[in-house]
Amino acid sequence: MNSFLLALLNSLDIGLLLFIIAVGLNIVFGVLGVINFAHGALYMLGAYLAYAGIVGLGLPFWVTLLLAPLVVALLAVAIDRGMLHFIYGREIADSLLLTFALLLILNESIRLIWGNGIHTVEPPWPLQGTIAMPGGLRYPSYSAFVLLVGLLTLLGLWLLFSRTRLGKIMRAAAQDPEMAQTLCINTRRVITATFAFGAWLAALGGVVAAPMRAIDPGMGDKIIIESFIVVVIGGLGSFPGALAGALVLGLIHGLGGRYLPQLDLILPFVGMALVLLVRPHGLMGARRV
Amino acid sequence: MNGPPLLVVDRLCKRFGGVSAVADMDLTVPAGETLAIIGPNGAGKTTFYNLLSGRMKPSSGRITLRGRDITGLPPHRISRLGVSRSFQINNIFTEMTVRQNVEVAVTAKQGQSRRWANRASANRVVQQEAQSLLQQLGIAHLGAQPAGTISYGDKRLVEIAVVLATRPELVLLDEPTAGMTPEETARIIAMVRALAKTGRYTFLVTEHDMRVVFDVADRILVMHHGRELALGPPEAIRSNPDVRQAYLGDEETELVPA
Amino acid sequence: MKRLATALTLLLILGLLVALPRITPYFYIFIGTQILIMGLFAASFNLVFGYTGMLSFGHAAFFGTGAYATALLLQGLQWPLLACLLVSFVAGTVLALAIGALCVRLDEVYFAMLTLAFGMMVYGVAHQWRSVTGGSDGISGFSVGTLGLGIDLTLGNPAVYYYVVLAIVVVAGAALYRICNSSFGLVLQAIRQNPERVAFCGLNIRTYRLAAFTIAGGFAGLAGGLMAPFLHVASPDLAHWTMSAEPVLMTILGGSGYFLGPFLGAAIFVLLETWITSITQAWMLFLGIILALMVIFFRRGVLGTALVAIRRRRSGTS
Repeated sequence: MNSFLLALLNSLDIGLLLFIIAVGLNIVFGVLGVINFAHGALYMLGAYLAYAGIVGLGLPFWVTLLLAPLVVALLAVAIDRGMLHFIYGREIADSLLLTFALLLILNESIRLIWGNGIHTVEPPWPLQGTIAMPGGLRYPSYSAFVLLVGLLTLLGLWLLFSRTRLGKIMRAAAQDPEMAQTLCINTRRVITATFAFGAWLAALGGVVAAPMRAIDPGMGDKIIIESFIVVVIGGLGSFPGALAGALVLGLIHGLGGRYLPQLDLILPFVGMALVLLVRPHGLMGARRV
Repeated sequence: MNGPPLLVVDRLCKRFGGVSAVADMDLTVPAGETLAIIGPNGAGKTTFYNLLSGRMKPSSGRITLRGRDITGLPPHRISRLGVSRSFQINNIFTEMTVRQNVEVAVTAKQGQSRRWANRASANRVVQQEAQSLLQQLGIAHLGAQPAGTISYGDKRLVEIAVVLATRPELVLLDEPTAGMTPEETARIIAMVRALAKTGRYTFLVTEHDMRVVFDVADRILVMHHGRELALGPPEAIRSNPDVRQAYLGDEETELVPA
Repeated sequence: MKRLATALTLLLILGLLVALPRITPYFYIFIGTQILIMGLFAASFNLVFGYTGMLSFGHAAFFGTGAYATALLLQGLQWPLLACLLVSFVAGTVLALAIGALCVRLDEVYFAMLTLAFGMMVYGVAHQWRSVTGGSDGISGFSVGTLGLGIDLTLGNPAVYYYVVLAIVVVAGAALYRICNSSFGLVLQAIRQNPERVAFCGLNIRTYRLAAFTIAGGFAGLAGGLMAPFLHVASPDLAHWTMSAEPVLMTILGGSGYFLGPFLGAAIFVLLETWITSITQAWMLFLGIILALMVIFFRRGVLGTALVAIRRRRSGTS
């Protein structure tokens, strides 16, 4: 029973971290209509910047948690203005190709700057221990922290979209770009802001994940595939779908990792394939008219 | 014009959220008839076409073609059953030549689309049929031109050629003469009347140009707010007070004076 | 007149390819073999992308599978090469049918995403399934024995292998060309330009898309099967998304609107890669930058841009 509870907590942990990353992908798709293939690379960049800040510059974890996502967001603005801007209005395939090119560029740049090796980052001092839980379990404090960040992100996003003007503008631009333009909403700026926000979320995920994962040039690949699976299971463009998909994938990893470890690689894909067969647009995706 | 009805529409509804784009449409169309559908913008004509051609699924109601229930079938199935439609905005293959546009439709219709080892440019059977269609519509001289580079009116003619190439029984024309010169419009009218006279085609034609409507229609259906407002032969519609009222203030349509 | 010019150009290229081992330094035999194999790989991708309008980022799944199929057969059963290649072709076809059936029903964004994901799944399986695929080391230690059909050749000789690859790629390319120019190919091109219109002509576009994807998977598998003996190893990298990126870039480089575009792109790509990797480690970075620049500024590729320029000059001087 205890091990089951632990596996469940693990699932929640993994799921919420996945949510932070996948929701950024979803938001960018919702407004730009494009999947950013480089999203995983931005997450990885966040993790590497955390490493650079903590180990390289000796900064406290909390400072990098604040700064790294901002740096990546600024980079995203530059990318949008310098690259994506050119193909705005062209067919979708061109945008997909461009974000794919961006993926190559970012991946290799990171590899060139930091090398092929694995780096690690320690969790910040107050979070290095474990917490006592009912039933004599001990749960890593940092994992609890990740849970907290995930919940705060969820709450923050929900508030953003339902309460703030910016959130409503983003939703409007997502649902009807032409209408948004006629209402004099500066769509170009909304697009840049959305792209930067998505990058910020990805990098935030990266910084948060850094003390928990091995930081290596392959981590971007892994997370982008995971994000895709989340988004396919939950439904592209759906905010609750991203949460649902993330939790499902978290469960697959948490429970699958405990009880069927040899299938851990293939289970997520099987889950995705099942959803594709039964509900191609995801558990909560919109069906076409 | 006698015989079993080709198309029967039974209490057809399409709702988007709380709005009914099409509400409780009942219609029976005998084979060989030319039925014009008129109504102000937003009356639901295009939605009605979308439902008939399978582009949208109805919220409720039934559509029957030759006694066969086609409600909710996908577009390609309905097309195979003999329904073909044109679109308001040109829906052709702009990167192909005019001739290739029609050849695609003919290839599909004649079951040639699975041939993977022939030379499409040497497919005599397909080419002859395509050529004759182009000639019928008077655009054979444009055969080798990329369809994206020809005039708007000619593009509409290509669209109609593609529609007819699948040898449909029921043809849904969505504002076929919009944006055409008088000469082109006359050509379309002549074509529709000639085809209708053979008795092998049933036309539904939505139009804003009343002269075209009164020229080709056996009956006229007036739609308003997604419902049928009036249905009958042209003279009856012309003198119908409800129809006049619906059109008051609508600048685009003028009923042709009797 | 135009057809004569095209035919002559093709004959000239073919002639050069045949003469290559005689007229260039030894090293270029390897370059040539690589260009031919990658050209076929890219051309199979272009059937899906340039002709049918579907952007797949997981095409290497079939390439890698084909490589493993041939490698395993050569290592375990020492089959003649042609038999191995046939199996590679079939393996690619079957895998493409399975993956395609799941992916083809959805729009292009989903499709791009899913093909990448499933491609990486194949990579993951190749990487983890040590007992069958040799894990991250892959399959090695095999040699090519006979060609098959009673033809006696020393396939271990790079120049001989080059000619075999040339023959197979020309035959496969011709088959692919035939498919692209058939009535089926016409329908595929129509689907790329206006899928809805094709549906309204009475065709189930999903079936045609799946057929194109499956055929392309087969030819990619064949290319992979040719690659394994060339590299003397079948490794998981051959299914990684970075490998899927290569036909994408080659096709964009050469021009997705033309049958020979991917082959030209493969030639440019391989030559560029050879040159740049001799100078720096950052080849992938250049790959990404070049792809970005091509997509933004030269979307029609080298062939497309050149042909447009020629046409413009001709109409300008007349």
